[in-house]
Amino acid sequence: MSTLSALPAMPMSVQLINLMASLMLLIAFAMLAQRRIRSLIYLFAWQGAVLAVNCLIVAWYTGHGELYLSAFFTVLLKVIALPLVLHYLIRKLDIQWDVETLINIPTTMLAGIVLVVFAFNLALPISQLAGTITRGTLGIAIAVVLLAFLMMITRRKAVPQVIGFLAMENGLFFAATSATYGMPMVVELGILLDVLMGVLILGIFFFHVREAFDSLDLKHMEKLKESGE
Amino acid sequence: MYLLDAAPAVPLDLILGVVLFWLLIGVAGVLRPRSLRFVSRLLFPLGAVGSVVLMLAALLAVRVPPVVAVLPLGLPDLPFHLRLDALSAFFVMLVGAVALGVSLFSVGYFRRGEGALPGLLCLQYHVFLSSMVMVMLADDAYLFMVAWETMALSSYFLVTTSHRIAEIRRAGFLYLLIAHIGAIAILLCFGVMHGGGGDYTFDALRASELPVFWASTAFLLALFGFGAKAGLLPLHVWLPEAHPAAPSPVSALMSGVMLKTAIYGFLRITFDLLPTPLWWWGVVTLVLGLMTALFGVMFAAVQSDMKRLLAYSSIENIGIIFAGAGLAIIFHAYSNPHLAALALVATLYHCLNHAFFKSLLFLGTGSVLHSTHERNLGKLGGLIRNMPWVAGLSLIGALAIAGLPPLNGFVSEWLLLQAFLFSPGLPNPYLNMLVPLGSAALVLAAALSGYVMVKFYGVIFLGRPREEKLNEARDAGIWERLGLAWFALGCIVFGLFPMAVILLLDHVSLPLVNFTLSAAVSGNSWLLFAPVAAERASYGPLLLLLGITGTLLVTFVAVRVFYHGRTRRGAAWDCGYPEQTSRMQDTAEGFGQPITQIFEPFFRVRRQMPDPFSSEPVYAKTNEDHLWYWLYLPIARANERIASWIGLLQHGRIHLYLLYSFVTLLALLLFMH
Repeated sequence: MSTLSALPAMPMSVQLINLMASLMLLIAFAMLAQRRIRSLIYLFAWQGAVLAVNCLIVAWYTGHGELYLSAFFTVLLKVIALPLVLHYLIRKLDIQWDVETLINIPTTMLAGIVLVVFAFNLALPISQLAGTITRGTLGIAIAVVLLAFLMMITRRKAVPQVIGFLAMENGLFFAATSATYGMPMVVELGILLDVLMGVLILGIFFFHVREAFDSLDLKHMEKLKESGE
Repeated sequence: MYLLDAAPAVPLDLILGVVLFWLLIGVAGVLRPRSLRFVSRLLFPLGAVGSVVLMLAALLAVRVPPVVAVLPLGLPDLPFHLRLDALSAFFVMLVGAVALGVSLFSVGYFRRGEGALPGLLCLQYHVFLSSMVMVMLADDAYLFMVAWETMALSSYFLVTTSHRIAEIRRAGFLYLLIAHIGAIAILLCFGVMHGGGGDYTFDALRASELPVFWASTAFLLALFGFGAKAGLLPLHVWLPEAHPAAPSPVSALMSGVMLKTAIYGFLRITFDLLPTPLWWWGVVTLVLGLMTALFGVMFAAVQSDMKRLLAYSSIENIGIIFAGAGLAIIFHAYSNPHLAALALVATLYHCLNHAFFKSLLFLGTGSVLHSTHERNLGKLGGLIRNMPWVAGLSLIGALAIAGLPPLNGFVSEWLLLQAFLFSPGLPNPYLNMLVPLGSAALVLAAALSGYVMVKFYGVIFLGRPREEKLNEARDAGIWERLGLAWFALGCIVFGLFPMAVILLLDHVSLPLVNFTLSAAVSGNSWLLFAPVAAERASYGPLLLLLGITGTLLVTFVAVRVFYHGRTRRGAAWDCGYPEQTSRMQDTAEGFGQPITQIFEPFFRVRRQMPDPFSSEPVYAKTNEDHLWYWLYLPIARANERIASWIGLLQHGRIHLYLLYSFVTLLALLLFMH
């Protein structure tokens, strides 16, 4: 938080945005630590909600009208639609409970902390160049992306990986709003649509995977490689 | 001619028209792909008409100054540039001339139920022809590569016409692989010549002033790339596989014209686009060419498949052509325009000749194959009785390829030898001594090619049929005969009237090496042909023909009148063998045996000798190519090993894959940081 403390007196807007950013990071860590898929989906929905609120705050203070629309779509898709789809999926597939991780949780958390430090270090020169009111949050955005990536790596089952993928997208979206007040509307809508499509396709895919392997455990896919070696 | 003075762009328009016409014919073939009648009785004759126009237009274009044009095709801001100069016109003429004969032959050749649908074949065939013309016309690297790749792909599909046979698929793959390796080298060559500034038109490439190192790199890349297409050692392996696999008209086109596109590209880059060559470029080309020639002819002598034999003979001829080109480069580098022109003209002349006689022989094997369903020389023989037309016309091709006067093969080889023997005029003492040795290699190759042709012709057409079914062989139809006769006519005319050809080739050599032989030629009478000086060497083909005919007539009359006057008739002495079967003839293997013995280290010979007490003795012998084992298999194995190392990365665990991208991401972020 070195960049933030360097500022002499923070106006209300910056304080609010920093609050949202820390909530994002907190939820990202919570997702990393969470074993249950159902709770993971709740956390994902919460992250979407925080993202939307952040979007609203930025829109209010900067007067960028289209960010209201962004916030609306974020709520629609990431707080309502995607969690519903995911809930439906895990109910149908009957995988609501604990999932094992490849690496135990404390180790993962430690790795996460290293990543956050790395992300802040990375974002330092960029945020010093940026002129936006949200510049201090760029490091957090990168950290959220990396933490989501880490979650994808450490989970053994397929559904948490999809959630990790979606959380990565959240991080990117957060980075976009914090660095440049959001992407152009066309790009944003395109990405949202892509994410929705991706989840739908993956959902169908899960059913087929389970049909073929009787499980969604990814270790069954290890045989899908060139034999003989 | 007055018409051309008024509108010099007419030939180019005509040529482009023919290209378009061919493409339309190809598309028309797809409309009714199953109708053999429609395709072969209507479309192929139409294509032949197109090739006549093409040939005549190109013949006119050789004599007029270069014409440029820009086609509004291609990518945005990157149109196709065309240029028709004497060099391209000469090679376009070659395409037209060979396409004429092959198209005529194809009318009668393709049968129902052989490989691909006739309509598809028609499309591939005409796209192949058009792409070769476009290669010659291209005036920027972009169009050149597009046409070059179109040519490679369409010929690949033609080679794999009978793709249901695994061997043919393998041959096609090998061909495609080497064609692409060559294409990469050519692409890199253009990249090097480009040098980082300007665009990729040939004008820009000509203008870019390359340092010596980069010019040499570009030259070596061109030699490699075009050598792969032409079948230069050690990139020749696809030739003896692909030619037997393809239908005979396709083999004729590939050997007759497609190999020449590589020669065209090589000459274009070396003499036109690159700065004045260095002498060692020529030495490299010369040595590689001579090695290829000897290698090709040696392997041709031991083949027992008639199309493989011809394929190896193509390798030999390509070797001779490259040797000539190398010699021309050496002379050009030492600013000896007269001899450079002589070597270059000999090279181009040999391109022309090879296109004619090799197409003739490939088409001849096609006719034999159709009427006997046999490619193995060991099962042919005595076909001269049942197939007199094919036998007679093939004889002309065989004599021409063997380099016997007064046919065309002799003229180009003689010219090339002249060029070799004048090399003591060079200012480099080592070359003075070593280049004449090259002429010895050339003569050896020429002599052995005579040996090969005796084998080819003798085993197929002479003697007695080695199999029962050969007695039912039927002669080729009228269309096939027409195609064969066209090539045979070319072999005779180019042999008897070399001066006319040389006068044509002068237009090609003038812009490349700034000299013509016409002064030397026209100074003499039309009867006597002396490329350098009449007192050094001269050749009068018509006189020679007169002499040969005269001697033959006199001998014939003498034998007929004087000797046969006192003939006694009696039982022939049968050497103690009262019954002679066709198996007592010399076989293809037997005929090649001395060559195998003499040049044994060059072959990888595997013999399977029969047991002395065996009641069913089997004798088998194969001659394989060392290079395949020394060069290609090690590369293939190394490739496999590297692939298996890379395969270690593949665990099938998605977490590891994600980790790979994660680590890459972090590393990149850190690096950018």
